[in-house]
Amino acid sequence: MCGIVGLFLKDKALEPELGAMLTDMLITMTDRGPDSAGLAIYGREEKSKAKLTVQSDTPDQDFNGLCADLEKELKVAVQMTTNSTHAVLEVPQSQAASTRMILRRIRPNIRIMGVGTSLEIYKEVGLPKDVAERFNVRQMSGSHGIGHTRMATESAVTTMGAHPFNTGDDQCLVHNGSLSNHNSLRRKLRREGIHIETENDTEVGAAYLTWKMREGASLGEALESALEDLDGFFTFVVGTKDGFGVVRDPIACKPAVMAETDQYVAFGSEYRALVNLPGIESARVWEPEPATVYFWSHTSSNNSEEAA
Amino acid sequence: MQTLDLTQIGLREVNKTLHAQSADTNQTAWTIENARGSHAIACGLDAPIDVTVKGSTGYYCGGMNKQATINIHGSAGPGTGENIMSGKIIIEGDASQYLGATGHGGLIVVKGNASSRCGISMKGVNIVVQGNIGHMSAFMGQSGNLVVLGDAGDALGDSCYEARFFVRGKVKSLGADCEKKEMRPEHVEFLKEILAEAGMDADPSEFTRYGSARKLYNFDVDNAGAY
Repeated sequence: MCGIVGLFLKDKALEPELGAMLTDMLITMTDRGPDSAGLAIYGREEKSKAKLTVQSDTPDQDFNGLCADLEKELKVAVQMTTNSTHAVLEVPQSQAASTRMILRRIRPNIRIMGVGTSLEIYKEVGLPKDVAERFNVRQMSGSHGIGHTRMATESAVTTMGAHPFNTGDDQCLVHNGSLSNHNSLRRKLRREGIHIETENDTEVGAAYLTWKMREGASLGEALESALEDLDGFFTFVVGTKDGFGVVRDPIACKPAVMAETDQYVAFGSEYRALVNLPGIESARVWEPEPATVYFWSHTSSNNSEEAA
Repeated sequence: MQTLDLTQIGLREVNKTLHAQSADTNQTAWTIENARGSHAIACGLDAPIDVTVKGSTGYYCGGMNKQATINIHGSAGPGTGENIMSGKIIIEGDASQYLGATGHGGLIVVKGNASSRCGISMKGVNIVVQGNIGHMSAFMGQSGNLVVLGDAGDALGDSCYEARFFVRGKVKSLGADCEKKEMRPEHVEFLKEILAEAGMDADPSEFTRYGSARKLYNFDVDNAGAY
């Protein structure tokens, strides 16, 4: 099982509602997976600033004085917004990589959930309702976002096993399904120098995309080669800075429904997730085809559909 | 006409009310409102009643149906009409995966398209789809008829037994042990009847019949590669 949702807004007037709409969609999918939940929101961005969403199981200790310690190390102003077990650190874009290194040294217990200019990722063990409430996701605005509620099969129920997984700057992945060649692929990717933290299959899927893009592939190309190299079941929704993409394995037994109106493009594991969206009665509703990469983007007008 | 509002009384109450109808009930027309993609709507019915479902349904609408006629005014989720025994299910929109899986009897009509694995392991049900059907349809189909006015996806009728498939459009590919067959007069006659019953206007002579080549019924090591 697992439930996934995605919402891409065309109508800017809906942007303040993004967090609330996505939260409602994800809560409807709760009975597809009660183990952990997460949401990625593409929201406000500041010129030449990078945002790092970080997490700690002991935020009182780890976040205490973190901003000042980072400023001392980086010798620039850092902005920090704490949100329960997560915090968003804003640093100059050029210093994002060094911030990662410094964090590893000065706060070894902190985990990096996501990096990007507009991406923020919030995920924890628990039900969608509780996770969304903990981080106040309802209040968040943004242009698009994706969410996941997990029924764990391939690895432990932990924060790090929760989705979305960050695959590269401003990119993230949610997955419904299970990969069967993740162990051999993990070994291969580690040899290539890709950092993989857990025994989770989806993290390997995310790392695979990171690796492909590091080798020069576009996200679309990386997804197409994923159809060749990943063995198992998957419906993936990937978030990008500009929008989101959807791809299903050739067997396509993991469900997927999409809806499009003049105001939005929405994805749900089931139609139930979409029923409260405005104008759903007259939306174009369809199932994405197997082995086909779909993209919606705010910046390009050619939203595409490509059979692999 | 009796009306049941799913959001007001909940799924259990809706299904319980419909299950309580006996063979000689005089309340024969029912409407279910606010389907909103809910699962298992009107499952396990066993009475000659007409049920209209307003809105799109989730998993397994009309599953295990006997006698009843269920009309879905919307699209239908995965596993609609699974294991149908008799009666009729009419879907005004599209149908998701595994429509009519393992169905033993009765008729399912789809006005739109049906997704992958339509009629998987069918055991006697008749399915008529006005649009196209997805890949792996009628996989291991044992008995019954799948009639498609549009096109069929990859691997139609893979490992099928005695189910028959009639496709008017293109078939992307045939599954293992499925082959093109001759259209004999009895097939044209059958199509005429089933199309009329489904309320579809199509010329039976435009269809091609497919069915089992009967080579994989028993395991033969020479065929190991075909499985």
